[in-house]
Amino acid sequence: MARTLFTKVWDSHVVHQPDGGPALLYVDLHLVHEVTSPQAFEGLRLAGRKVRRPELTVATVDHNVSTGDRRLPMADETAARQVAALVANAREAGVELFDLDSPEQGIVHVIGPELGLTQPGMVIVCGDSHTSTHGAFGALAFGIGTSEVEHVLATQCTVQSKPRTMEARFTGLPARGVSAKDLVLALIRRIGTAGATGHVIEYTGEAIRALSMEGRMTVCNMSIEAGARAGMVAPDGTTRAYLAGRARAPRGERWAPAVEAWSDLYTDAGATFDRTVVIEAGALAPQVTWGTSPGMTAEITDRVPDPADAPSEAERQSCRQALAYMDLLPGTPLEGIRVDRVFLGSCTNGRLEDLREAATVARGQRVATGVRAMVVPGSQAVKAAAEREGLDHIFREAGFEWRNPGCSMCLGMNEDVLAPGERCASTSNRNFEGRQGRGGRTHLMSPAMAAAAAVAGHLVDVRGLMRGKSGEYAD
Amino acid sequence: MQAFISHAGRVAALPRANVDTDQIIPKQFLKRIERTGFGECLFYDWRYLADGSSNPDFELNRPAAADATILLAGANFGCGSSREHAPWALSDYGFRAIVAPSFADIFFGNCCQNGLLPVVLPELEVKELLRRAAGAQKFYQLGIDLKSCRVRDGAGFDVGFVIDPYRREMLLHGLDEIGRTLQQESRIAAFERSRLASREASVS
Ligand code: SF4
Repeated sequence: MARTLFTKVWDSHVVHQPDGGPALLYVDLHLVHEVTSPQAFEGLRLAGRKVRRPELTVATVDHNVSTGDRRLPMADETAARQVAALVANAREAGVELFDLDSPEQGIVHVIGPELGLTQPGMVIVCGDSHTSTHGAFGALAFGIGTSEVEHVLATQCTVQSKPRTMEARFTGLPARGVSAKDLVLALIRRIGTAGATGHVIEYTGEAIRALSMEGRMTVCNMSIEAGARAGMVAPDGTTRAYLAGRARAPRGERWAPAVEAWSDLYTDAGATFDRTVVIEAGALAPQVTWGTSPGMTAEITDRVPDPADAPSEAERQSCRQALAYMDLLPGTPLEGIRVDRVFLGSCTNGRLEDLREAATVARGQRVATGVRAMVVPGSQAVKAAAEREGLDHIFREAGFEWRNPGCSMCLGMNEDVLAPGERCASTSNRNFEGRQGRGGRTHLMSPAMAAAAAVAGHLVDVRGLMRGKSGEYAD
Repeated sequence: MQAFISHAGRVAALPRANVDTDQIIPKQFLKRIERTGFGECLFYDWRYLADGSSNPDFELNRPAAADATILLAGANFGCGSSREHAPWALSDYGFRAIVAPSFADIFFGNCCQNGLLPVVLPELEVKELLRRAAGAQKFYQLGIDLKSCRVRDGAGFDVGFVIDPYRREMLLHGLDEIGRTLQQESRIAAFERSRLASREASVS
C-alpha cells in the first residue's frame, strides 16, 4: 500500500500496537537539556529505575546559560543548580553531556544535526517542543513533557497515539529576500496556531526542495507554532551532502548501507494526506509578526490590522488585546515601526547560514542609534565557523554584540531579556506576551529582516536594501 | 500518578483563546529542579502587578474564582512550550480539571500524566458554561465524572465528553505508565535485537 513518509517512519518503530490503543514506539535518539530533565532523573531515582540506553541519550546545557563570559562562574544560583543537576545526572547515568566548556555545546536542536546525530528515518524525542526541527532530515521528531522524558529514559520507548497527516506544499520559488522563515510564517498565518493540532506536517514542493538543510530546519522548527506534533521533509541529495563526514553520522563502510536505507524515505505516489495546504512561495513578501501569537503575521508591506475586520468576536478580542500589549494602532504601516532591540539567534535561526544572511545585510553598515543588537550563535561550532569566516568582525564593526551560544533572548531565562515596553526584532519563534521579558514586545522575522531592522532602527523591507547594494547580494 | 475518578468544585473562568504555557508559568520559574511549589507562580505576569501586588483585574483574582478547582478556558489552551511545569503549576494551585474547546497536544498529554483532567467540550457548550458562570450568584460549581464522561452543574447543564480510552483508563486508576511499558520488556528487547541484526547485516 502507498504510504506517506511519516507512516513509513512510524511503522518501522512500532514495538507494540495494542488493539485500539496508542502504540509503543522505539526512540533512536533522546536529547536532554537542563530545564526539563531534573524531575525526570529524580523520578527514576525514586522508583529505583535506570536509564535503559544511555548511549542513545545525549545531553547539553542551553536554556538557562549565560551568553556572556564563560570563564566566570554562573551568577544565577538557581540556574547553576539546574546545570549542576544535569551534570550529576548525566554522570550517574552514563549519558554523554556537552557542558559549558565543551566545543560541542549549543542549543540542543542545533547540535543534534551539526554533529550528525540527527539522521533520516529516526524517531527523535526531547523535552522541548522545538524538537520538530530534526524532522528536516526525514526523522520523526517531537517534543515531550518531563514525565515522558522519564518514560523514555527508563524504557527507550514512548507511548503515542498515531497523529493525522498534513501536507504543506510550497509551489514555485520564493523571491530574493524571502527565506525559509517567511515560508513557515506564511503557513502559520494561513492555518493558525492550532491549524495543525494533532497532525504531522510533511513539507513538500519546489520551494522546500530548493532549501538548504538549514532552511528546512527553520521550517520544521516552527511546525509546533502551527500546533503540529512534528514537521518532516523527505531526505534527498541535500540531506546526504549535509550529513556526509559529520562526526556522528555513519562513516566509512557504514555510509553506503545508511544511504541505501534512507532511499525509501519519501511519500509514495498515490499515498494520501488527511489534509493538504498549498502556498504559492513565489507570491510571498518577507513576513513579520505584529501581535502576540505566531499566527498574527503579515507581509512587511502590510499595515497593522484593524480588530474590527476580524471574523469573530473571539478574534476581535484577541486582536485588541494583542495590539494593546504591542502598543500598536490599527492601520499603522508595519514598515517604519521603531525597534529598541534586535536578537539574532535561537534554534530557529541561529545557524551559520542565518548568520551569513544577516551579515550580508550588516556588512559596512551601522546599527541605528539607540538600538541594541545582539548575535547569539546557536552553538560553539556555529560560533567558531562564523569566526573563521570573519562574520564576527562584520557584526562587531556594525555595532552588534557577539555573544556565546545558548537559547538566550529566545526565552529570556538568563540575563538576556527585554525591559518592559522594549520592542524587539527577533529571529526566534515565539512572540508570546512576556516571552523575551515581561512587558517586552516581539516581532518575529527572518535573519536578513532582523539585521535590516537593526540598521534602519525600524521594521523595514530587506528587499529594498538588497536592491540598493545589488552587487553584494549576487547569489 | 494521582487518579481522577470524579470531582466537584468551584469554577474559575479564563475566557481567552491561545493561552500559552509561557503565560501559565513564565520562564523565570523553570529553574527549580523539583516538581512542587509552582502554584505561586501560576499566571505570574497576569496575576501580579509589576510591584508584586495582586492584579485585581485578572480573572483568577476575582472573588468568584476563589478556591476554584476547575478552570474554564478558551480554545487551544496550553499552546507553545512543552514545559510540564505548566500542569504542575495548575495542579499545585489547586486545579483538578480544565474545560476548554481545545487543547494543544503536548499540554494535553502532560495534564494526563499528572492527574489533571483536560475536558474537551464543543465551543457552544463552553460558551454556555461561561454564561452560567458569569451569571452565578457567588460561585459557580461543576461536577466532572470521568466514569460516565459527563460534566454537570446540577442546574440543567449535563453534557457528555469524549476522551481517548487509554488516557481515561490511566487516569481512572492513576496508573504508572512506565511500569506498564516495562511489562513489555520482552517485546522491547526483541525489537532492539532485530534492529541491531539488520544494521550489522547491512555492513557485513
Ligand atoms: S532557542 Fe528558544 S525555542 Fe529553541 S530550544 Fe532554546 S528556548 Fe526553545
